[in-house]
Amino acid sequence: MDFDKKLHQLNDRLNYIRDVFTGKQEENIRLLESKLNELMLREKHLSASEQQAAAATVDDLFDFVERKLEEDLTPMDRVRIVRHSQRVCLRDVLENVYDNYTEIGGKDENSIDPSMLIARAYITRRSGKKVYHQPVMVIGQEKGHGEEFRNGGSVKPWGNAKALHYMKVAETENIPIHTYVFTPGSYPVEDAPGAAQQIARNLYEMAGLRVPVVAVFSEGGSGGAEAIGLADTRLMLSHGYYSVISPEGAAAIEGRLKEGQRATPELIEKCARQLRITAADNRRMGYIDHVIDEPPLGARPYHYDFFRSLRQEVIRATDEVVLGVKGFAPFRAMALRRRHGKKGVTPDFDNIYVRWNLSSNARDRLVMKRHRKFRRLSRQACLDRRAVHRRIWEWGYDLGWDVYSYFKYDLWRKHQQRIVYAVEEVDAEARVLMNRLLSPWRKLSGSLPGSGKPAEDKEKELTMLSQWDQEDQRNGEWRYVSPRAKEDRTITCPNADSHGCLDLWAPDLFGEFAGVCNYCGHHFPMESKWFVHNIFDNGSVFEFNSELEAANPLGFEGLDVKLDQAKQKTGQKSGCVTFEARLDNIKIVVAMLTAPFRGGSVGAAEGEKFIRAAERAKKKRFPFLAYVHGTAGIRIQEGTNGVIQMPRCTMAVRRYIEEGGLYLVVYDTNSYAGPLASFLGCSPYQFAIRSANIGFAGRGVIKETTGMDIPPDYHNAFKALSRGHIQGIWDRREARQNLRQALLTMGGRNLYYR
Amino acid sequence: MLDISQLLEEIKASPYQEETIVAPHTGVVTFAPIKEGKRVRGPSGVWKEVKGTLLATIERERNPKPIHATEKGKVKDIFRQYEGTFVEAGTPLVSIRHYLSKEEVLGIILRKALHLFKAPERAKYYFTPDVDKKVKVSGSRSVTVQNGMELFIMSRMKRETPLHYEGPEGLIYAVYFQHNENVDAGQPLIGICPPDQLETIEEVVMRVQTEWVEKE
Repeated sequence: MDFDKKLHQLNDRLNYIRDVFTGKQEENIRLLESKLNELMLREKHLSASEQQAAAATVDDLFDFVERKLEEDLTPMDRVRIVRHSQRVCLRDVLENVYDNYTEIGGKDENSIDPSMLIARAYITRRSGKKVYHQPVMVIGQEKGHGEEFRNGGSVKPWGNAKALHYMKVAETENIPIHTYVFTPGSYPVEDAPGAAQQIARNLYEMAGLRVPVVAVFSEGGSGGAEAIGLADTRLMLSHGYYSVISPEGAAAIEGRLKEGQRATPELIEKCARQLRITAADNRRMGYIDHVIDEPPLGARPYHYDFFRSLRQEVIRATDEVVLGVKGFAPFRAMALRRRHGKKGVTPDFDNIYVRWNLSSNARDRLVMKRHRKFRRLSRQACLDRRAVHRRIWEWGYDLGWDVYSYFKYDLWRKHQQRIVYAVEEVDAEARVLMNRLLSPWRKLSGSLPGSGKPAEDKEKELTMLSQWDQEDQRNGEWRYVSPRAKEDRTITCPNADSHGCLDLWAPDLFGEFAGVCNYCGHHFPMESKWFVHNIFDNGSVFEFNSELEAANPLGFEGLDVKLDQAKQKTGQKSGCVTFEARLDNIKIVVAMLTAPFRGGSVGAAEGEKFIRAAERAKKKRFPFLAYVHGTAGIRIQEGTNGVIQMPRCTMAVRRYIEEGGLYLVVYDTNSYAGPLASFLGCSPYQFAIRSANIGFAGRGVIKETTGMDIPPDYHNAFKALSRGHIQGIWDRREARQNLRQALLTMGGRNLYYR
Repeated sequence: MLDISQLLEEIKASPYQEETIVAPHTGVVTFAPIKEGKRVRGPSGVWKEVKGTLLATIERERNPKPIHATEKGKVKDIFRQYEGTFVEAGTPLVSIRHYLSKEEVLGIILRKALHLFKAPERAKYYFTPDVDKKVKVSGSRSVTVQNGMELFIMSRMKRETPLHYEGPEGLIYAVYFQHNENVDAGQPLIGICPPDQLETIEEVVMRVQTEWVEKE
């Protein structure tokens, strides 16, 4: 019976190799095949011991070939390894890495989302004669070994919501969280909560989670991975991948494929290589802290040694995080610092005891450290061509503001506020008292003839109808007029069929009507300059950080040329423009993602500028507006350098909001994917200009991943509003008025910063 | 009384509907490369979001506007004399023969032959419970209705009003409404077949089912 099992296992291994190297390495596969067949044929004539010996020989051959094949694995082979149903899944990890576990809220397909698995587990450690059970919350995507209901680890929004809920539970219980990222990407449902909103919420909350988080990446597909991947320490399995997009998706974009067309395997291979998705690449770029070695051709459930090393690594990572923020532990910290691969005995982490729950101060330090860690990432991925003296000058300028705002807001404002509050209280008390005391006198004086009649103009003001405020509509005279208004032609509204709109004359439409159809109110896309010039006070716009330049950190083929073209076309150096402006004399910091620059996609430069804008707003105590003229998502050609902007920017926004800032988001035209699922989607106040499209994944991606066709108006602003994604819809012509109103009501009349 | 056989013969004589696509507004017409007798597609997709075959383009004030086929069928006429000329709104450009399918033919005949009871206002409609039970158990044709009979519940914003049938006695032959969907005022709810005509109608239905040759 044992022998049969062995044969079965060898057969599985052969199939695995065949699947991973489809169409390649045929010689090696044939060799293994023939040896295995031979063994199967001879089997009956052999005695039990001979059988064992023969099987062991073939087993050794398999080991040898696997080791040989391991050496020339391409990135795409790794992707196939990770996707294979024989690869280890979270259940295997729970069984073999933790000492005991209970799955929370799931029983196979009976779960709110079977692709997200939550478990309370514990790890047993020994210190001297004492035994400690250390509880952890394990959260991760579960692919299962080909179980269909798991949806391949593509988590629906409610799965991510479940994960977030249990992260909060772990925070309450003060136990560390271990997350396991096994996802090809998030499932693109637009619902309440939509995929994008939920990921944004997860990122925002994880940025401030006050317990250690350790993430282990096996398959990290963009947004889905980020939803649970924001961690103090990020480990990665050596055969895993962590990428902004699947190689197939990148190939579809790079090859400009239409719906229904398939990319060639060569193009997919090339994209996989160029995206730098492997563990080693990510470690080099700094997005992964440590790589955990797997057996040749990737870990499968019977690789028990692998689970042991995984266990050691997650324990060590958790210890490191905890000791990093704890006060006193010099020897244990030293033991931990011993890296793998060094000669000598690595300590057995099961025998070192580190208490994993943290004091309140340590928790503060933990969050701060996490923010600092992410702030440092991807610094090298954008260009900064400022001269040295300018850098020094700007550094000094920043420092000056730091000092100034510390004195003005932290020292003086605090006391000033206390005094103001006290005066207000006393004043209110005094008024009540005075009212009581003076009421007899008022009664007497009010009854005298000739008193108490309001002035006539006052009466008029109160009773007449208010005048239509022409200022905000500007009577069709805008400060900036689109160049399209110069064309002598008419334009048909896309709603003409259903709403019967007549043709619009371009000078009217783009000049006077601000790109809004006169008949149905459809908003035609306008240039971002329209917003900049017509919303803010005249001449108040002052751009900063314009020198930061989008670059090609991965050396992606063709991106340099495309970037140069975009820079030339738009006159900008990146897709993000940051400026200070005034609106009705309210000072405000704006970060604007502009659609003409590579679709408004976000890369390292855009993220860095966004973060600096948020920091500037924080420093100067100004409200912060993200105006999304349009964004297509994360710039895929920058690979993980782009993806990492999701947590980075979200953290910056969170720091800003927690410091008391008012963060507003306004969407114009089309906004999709990564940015929406992170730093834009996490804002409590999001508004859209009418006819904007807002969503997580575009039509093509939804069709490709889920096979569903979506209605034509699936992503429009009204749908987004009814799903609860945005909080209001604005008419472009009234955007200035609405923005002012929003600043005043959400920020307070005189104090637009809490 | 309607002569159903004659109606069927009439439809058979010209088994299509002709639709003429006219210029929606003034402009210069350019015809797309289509030919007489060739097939064109109508709008398709779940939400009819994919437009039909491009027939012509009409340009006014440098704004070219495509004109697409609205039904599937064969191109009968192309008014080529207008190619490149400035036409008025309403000028016929292309006519399309849309061949009727079995369902469409049956629909036409039944709507003419049956007595239609129409919805008095926009609301959701349900059969009264006893009728509903009968319909569910043995089909709508087992129900005979008389004038004044309480037949429907009209439901709008949780206000439920009984609705009485008015018209000749007969069987409910066709049901045109669906549960949980609003019916506009004036739309037919049911088609009533007087008992004496039942045989004729069934015969016609059978004839359509067996004889009708779909051209597409």
